[in-house]
Amino acid sequence: MAHVLVYIDTPGEHLHKTDRELLTLAGMLGEPVVALLGDLTDGVSAELGAHGAGVLYQPAVDGLGELLVAGKAAFLAAAAEEAAADAVLLGNTFEAKEIAARVGIRLSAGVITDAIAVGKDFSVTKSVFAGSYTVNASVTTGRPIITVKANSVEIATPQSGSIPEVRRVDVAVPGAAARITERSERAASGRPSLDEARIVVAGGRGVDGDFGPIEDLADALGGAVGASRAATDAGWIDHSAQIGQTGKTVSPQLYVSAGISGAIQQKAGMQTAKVIVAVNKDPDAPVFDIADFGIVGDLTTVLPQATAEINKRRS
Amino acid sequence: MDEAIPALNIAVLVKHVPDTQFDRHLSGGHNTTDRSESILSELDEYALEAALQLVEAQGGDGHRVMAVTMGPPAAVNAVKKALQIGAHEGIHLCDDALAGSDASGTSRALAAVVRQLGPVDLVLTGMASTDGETSLVPAQLAELLELPQVTFASTLELTHDDGARQLIARRESDNVAETVRSTVPAVVSVTDQINEPRYPNFKGIMAAKKKPIATLSLADVGLDASEVGFSGAWTRVEQAQQRPARSQGVIITDEGDAGRQLVDFLADQKLL
Repeated sequence: MAHVLVYIDTPGEHLHKTDRELLTLAGMLGEPVVALLGDLTDGVSAELGAHGAGVLYQPAVDGLGELLVAGKAAFLAAAAEEAAADAVLLGNTFEAKEIAARVGIRLSAGVITDAIAVGKDFSVTKSVFAGSYTVNASVTTGRPIITVKANSVEIATPQSGSIPEVRRVDVAVPGAAARITERSERAASGRPSLDEARIVVAGGRGVDGDFGPIEDLADALGGAVGASRAATDAGWIDHSAQIGQTGKTVSPQLYVSAGISGAIQQKAGMQTAKVIVAVNKDPDAPVFDIADFGIVGDLTTVLPQATAEINKRRS
Repeated sequence: MDEAIPALNIAVLVKHVPDTQFDRHLSGGHNTTDRSESILSELDEYALEAALQLVEAQGGDGHRVMAVTMGPPAAVNAVKKALQIGAHEGIHLCDDALAGSDASGTSRALAAVVRQLGPVDLVLTGMASTDGETSLVPAQLAELLELPQVTFASTLELTHDDGARQLIARRESDNVAETVRSTVPAVVSVTDQINEPRYPNFKGIMAAKKKPIATLSLADVGLDASEVGFSGAWTRVEQAQQRPARSQGVIITDEGDAGRQLVDFLADQKLL
């Protein structure tokens, strides 16, 4: 059976949703094994076992995470060889893609990013050109290294598994690396991250400085808050919320676009969403061309009404 | 400015990519990118601006900002645009065998070019290309050139400490802001938050005509055709299907109850 190595960075007390998606996918493709960089808690160990991971690799040296990408890549490449992995799966964050990139060079192996499905032969389905094409791609050299988009896999129900066996991997610490000297975590919003969210409510120029109606609707729907570049450039919301070609690409079940005209750069970030709802005062806004449900109206009245209605129906 | 501070050599990697304002296409038996309507990648303009600002902040003369590209003859247009904006010289790796290069092949080719440039302090790139959109190349270049990588920088500063240059950058990701320090030389990629790129002016456009562009072949950089292009690709696109364009759904005009109609729609779609 194929050994499929899943890279997990720093889970903390519990596995992230994307980690569980990767483990589920690994279990569908073969036998999951795990390369875990951060500390291993008892909770995470039990969760890994329940998702079928029998063996867990951890670095034998500390401090690899402080070296920008190079340290993590050195560890994952060493773990892939140690595990004789037939394929390596990672998440699809900017950093995970860069780790994959370097592991690809280290192992002389092809890297495919943005996978939305992976076949038994490790062939990958992905979208290119901002969702205008769906392609099937394969790795032709080395063990396939694949980064998988969030929400691509239905998480399997955890089974009663045993605690995985921990093996330490020797890693030569890369000499040529930038060092992270300061790190500050932003306050958690309590909302799902944009990468993982099933529902995204995004605001643009039309919110005119006030993201309140966007945030309230996102909270009523249990979704994440996104923004167009116009809104982040105006300083109304943090840049990390930006969706579009130069920000994040999301493919949630539902994308609500409010006060965003839908220029091509913005569309590029969201047009693979399953359902698109648009609210805009301008009936000629390009976003209406791709909306499943469009409302020509003022977001400051439409959104609060929708939020109130959702809360009423739930109570 | 301290006389002892040596001139700065910066290679900015620029790419000729299909204009994102138009529909983009894959073509041919290998499903490669159709580059007929191509321009300098918008995201590379931030890297070029960052290079020019770093050089300007150093003061003094003799600094070199080199615009480097690879690809078919038309790819030189990305270099020409960079020269108009302010780069000092251009380097174009041009060879038919490069067609079909994947990220790893592109990285190997660009690494070979950078090695030919002589001592380079920084290799600067945009955060991603706007065609492949993978962000793999900067990290792979760092691995191949055995240089530190400082990627997704939203600020960039060069300092001198006892004659040695040091790079300090800030990175903002989802929930974390980081300060990163690196020795120089390094491979650096910058986000679109780092600056406001300048436009070429008339003087720049005229001056660009006199700036040198070196055209290199694979042999010039010591690469074999089998290492790049289709034959050297470590990945292959087997099939490509154009997604049907999204069609327009129901559009209503708010007459006081659009919020409630929206909730009805979401309930119908089982999204509540």
